[in-house]
Amino acid sequence: MSQKLSNAQIAWRAAQDIEDGAYVNLGIGFPEMVAKFQPPGKQAIFHTENGVLNFGEAPAEGEEDWDLINAGKKAITLRPGAAFFHHADSFAMVRGGHLDVAILGTYEVAENGDLANWSTGPKGVPAVGGAMDLVHGAKRVAVITDHVTKDGKPKLVKKCTLPLTGVGCVTRVYTSLAVLDIENQRFVLREKLPTMSVDELQALTGAELVLPNTIGDLVAPEL
Amino acid sequence: MDKTVPDLNSAVAGIEDGMVVMVGGFGGSGAPIELIHALIDRFKATGSPKNLTVVNNNAGNGRIGIAAMIDAGMVAKMICSFPRSADPRAFTEKYLAGEIGLELVPQGTLAERIRAGGAGIPAFYTPASYGTDVAKGKPVAEFDGKHYVQERWLKADVAILKAELADTLGNLTYRKAARNFSPLMAAAAARTVVQATRIVKPGDIDPEQVITPGIFVDAVVEVADAKQEEALMRQGVAYA
Repeated sequence: MSQKLSNAQIAWRAAQDIEDGAYVNLGIGFPEMVAKFQPPGKQAIFHTENGVLNFGEAPAEGEEDWDLINAGKKAITLRPGAAFFHHADSFAMVRGGHLDVAILGTYEVAENGDLANWSTGPKGVPAVGGAMDLVHGAKRVAVITDHVTKDGKPKLVKKCTLPLTGVGCVTRVYTSLAVLDIENQRFVLREKLPTMSVDELQALTGAELVLPNTIGDLVAPEL
Repeated sequence: MDKTVPDLNSAVAGIEDGMVVMVGGFGGSGAPIELIHALIDRFKATGSPKNLTVVNNNAGNGRIGIAAMIDAGMVAKMICSFPRSADPRAFTEKYLAGEIGLELVPQGTLAERIRAGGAGIPAFYTPASYGTDVAKGKPVAEFDGKHYVQERWLKADVAILKAELADTLGNLTYRKAARNFSPLMAAAAARTVVQATRIVKPGDIDPEQVITPGIFVDAVVEVADAKQEEALMRQGVAYA
């Protein structure tokens, strides 16, 4: 198998599509990395569910103010022009169509845009947080993920087998091997690693790829 | 009219067995630790209040705050969106042993249910959770070609909240992201009890700055040196 993008490189690639001035929510964990890779001259405004717009990087250790955290309960800082608001307003921003982009992690994403990213089954303690709200309302709902699971099984599938977070909600998928749009309930291949053939990529994907005339090279800098 | 109460014990005096209690805060930010611990003190001394249903985004962290209430055995059920944390032992152990109930609610739905409870709106429709296990058994309707799930309002007998400033009429301000669910809970509870870092006289909070108007607040108690849950966690404090 050809080499693949690191998590940082996947996050970098997703960051390149965020427009200047876009209002963006990044899921907790891996998607938070996207904030590090905003292209020069493009400044997104980040939203966090617990009531902050326009937050910045983590403070230095020892400088944390624990009343100023993100949805992942990590300490944050504010940029000039930040705003605080309560939870109902925060989710009005989410469901009301006011966010431009939400970028989330996933266990599975299906060709019809169904997303499964909150539960791996009935064992343990279920926890959903804001994921089921976030997948509705943002103008673009993108997923960043390894192309396959740790066991090598496809994460891009025909139909999700894990409990759903939302139906028909994902519009774009950034993986370690490719960039795909979900259109008319199909995965449309936009970019792939130049070292990988379409057949190799198809073999690692659990649903049929739609191949447009032009497929770009997925290239990210060393990070 | 003066809504100030002299101490934490009197502030939590009206909380009885079997009540629904909304607790402000998101993780540690906005968590009314001193009010929670006063409630635990009463439980330890008198065996009451017990069998509580607690509404919060989370289900406690470590051995303090809501986690300590759970450890103490006061909580019959949590209504929350994310019962995990850095140290979720208290809830996890009881949940896996079948000793505590859980109503899992998507975070925005939780916020809106509380808002609706305070606003006199018995039900509403949201796109969140449509087509998922969380929506099972709930009415679904189509509006403009899209599906939505009906959710009911959520009200409480008591809300315990943390504010930055309060005046004696109960007007409140909050500190940074510590606001989160508290303005919604203040309206949704029959009785709202607030610990504030400072209590001032009416007029000392600029009306432009009031976040929660005093009409939603019943009692305020000053806790000048309020502890932050995260800071206590890092010191390894256990309360129960």
